Amino acid sequence: MNPVLLVIDWAFLLEKAILISVVIGLSLFIAMYETYAERKVAAFMQDRRGPNRAGPFGILQPLADGLKLFFKEEIVPNTANKFLFVLGPSLAMLTAMMTSAVIPWGSSVEVFGRQVNLQIADINIGVLFIFGVVSMGVYGIMIGGWASNNKFSLLAALRGASQVISYELPMGLSLISMLIITGSLKMSVIVGGQVDSIYYVLLNPLGFFIFLVCAFAECNRTPFDLPEAENELNFGYHQEYSSMKLGFYLFAEYINMFISSVVMATLFFGGYDIPFVSDAGLVESIGQNWTALIQCLVLFLKTGFFIFLFMWVRWTIPRFRYDQLMNLGWKVMIPLALVNMVLVSLLVLTGIIG
Amino acid sequence: MQTLTNRAKPVDRRPMTLAERLYVVNIFKGMMITLRHMFKKKATIQYPEQQRPFSPVFRGLHVLNRDEQGRERCTACGLCAVACPAEAITMEAAERKPGEEHLYREEKYAAKYEINMLRCIFCGLCEEACPKDAIYLSETFARSNYKREGLIYKKQDLLIPHPIEQPEEYRKALGNRAKQKQSAN
Repeated sequence: MNPVLLVIDWAFLLEKAILISVVIGLSLFIAMYETYAERKVAAFMQDRRGPNRAGPFGILQPLADGLKLFFKEEIVPNTANKFLFVLGPSLAMLTAMMTSAVIPWGSSVEVFGRQVNLQIADINIGVLFIFGVVSMGVYGIMIGGWASNNKFSLLAALRGASQVISYELPMGLSLISMLIITGSLKMSVIVGGQVDSIYYVLLNPLGFFIFLVCAFAECNRTPFDLPEAENELNFGYHQEYSSMKLGFYLFAEYINMFISSVVMATLFFGGYDIPFVSDAGLVESIGQNWTALIQCLVLFLKTGFFIFLFMWVRWTIPRFRYDQLMNLGWKVMIPLALVNMVLVSLLVLTGIIG
Repeated sequence: MQTLTNRAKPVDRRPMTLAERLYVVNIFKGMMITLRHMFKKKATIQYPEQQRPFSPVFRGLHVLNRDEQGRERCTACGLCAVACPAEAITMEAAERKPGEEHLYREEKYAAKYEINMLRCIFCGLCEEACPKDAIYLSETFARSNYKREGLIYKKQDLLIPHPIEQPEEYRKALGNRAKQKQSAN
């Protein structure tokens, strides 16, 4: 037998496999109920009631929607590139799911005498990994729009690509200002710096604001939803898609929303840290596992707030015109992010913060 | 420039101030508006469970009335069919046999009575033409149907429930409109 196989820690493998399936299941579940929440929030903001027929308060509505998507006819256009046409939504889904790998969902739990870290991979380039994977998400849009062989879809794909590239720059710059404070790309260190301490949003509020706006743009959410502008581009890059392939695109958008909310909560709002409570003290009083559970819930509460913010903004602000989008991206956000970066580094250098 | 009315307001064409150009303040204001709407009373009426009251002059689906003993009032005189501008009503008359006095009020009755709801314009002229108070327009409306045939309402679709055997349904079908008419007569 291969000697390498012998030294594999099987318990470690099992632990990670369970963690991965839980996280994937959870993100799918949350994405499912995000669609419900979106419809409810939209309805409430427009003085309506929203879905309330399927189950109590319409709780089963996402299931009904999903079933509908599965039963729809799967159409591949005649002139489409078949392989790329299928690849597009798969890629969008894949990149959306991959980001969750480096998020710390809680400190750690003790199972059968083992310390299990509630993070799938604590790699030393955590933030960079998220950034890389998120920028890959634009390939889903690009490939989908290109493979549809349709002018509207192609135009939407081009819009999507240029938008994501334009807004990645200020996002990266605001991240740099963050990293100057944290001094590490590792997600666990970033959260660790905020546990029982001041949250980074207070040290770097402008950086957070830029990150927030860019996150809206990266997720193709209103006011930056130009790639799928219903009324100008006939739903943009997913115009030709039907059935679950369309569902994958829509789902990927909601998972992206969830993940970017988690990332914002983690980077700027202390991640799983319980506010106003000493986490270390809590471990002593109620035990490690209970603390981890509460931490997880707190992280989801913070995330829930950001998800609500996404929806709130979507149902308030109309879409930007394309030139306004580009002006905002290149002429406002990037200079602002640069100024913020210089400002933060000066403050860190003089020892005022960080 | 002279305005047509004194309500006209000049358009504010001043350049935007810095606060306005930042968008953020105005976006925040807008978000507060939408947030306030989240807690407002909903405008929705939950249709099948909750229904808006009809106006007192609403003319809905036709009902063939019965008298207090449950006998059909219609005598198949055909005046409603003549009055109908859309020619939606057809009927066939029949003679009452001995022993059917508890079913039909007069010696003649409508063996067949059909209203084509696709033709009907709900003008209510049939109701006005009827000398026996046998037909009136109620406070319901014709249900949708998958087939055209389903919207040609037969006599059994139009006839009001029996007032003695099914008093509850009878009162419901009668509605306020017929009650007003009967009290007026």
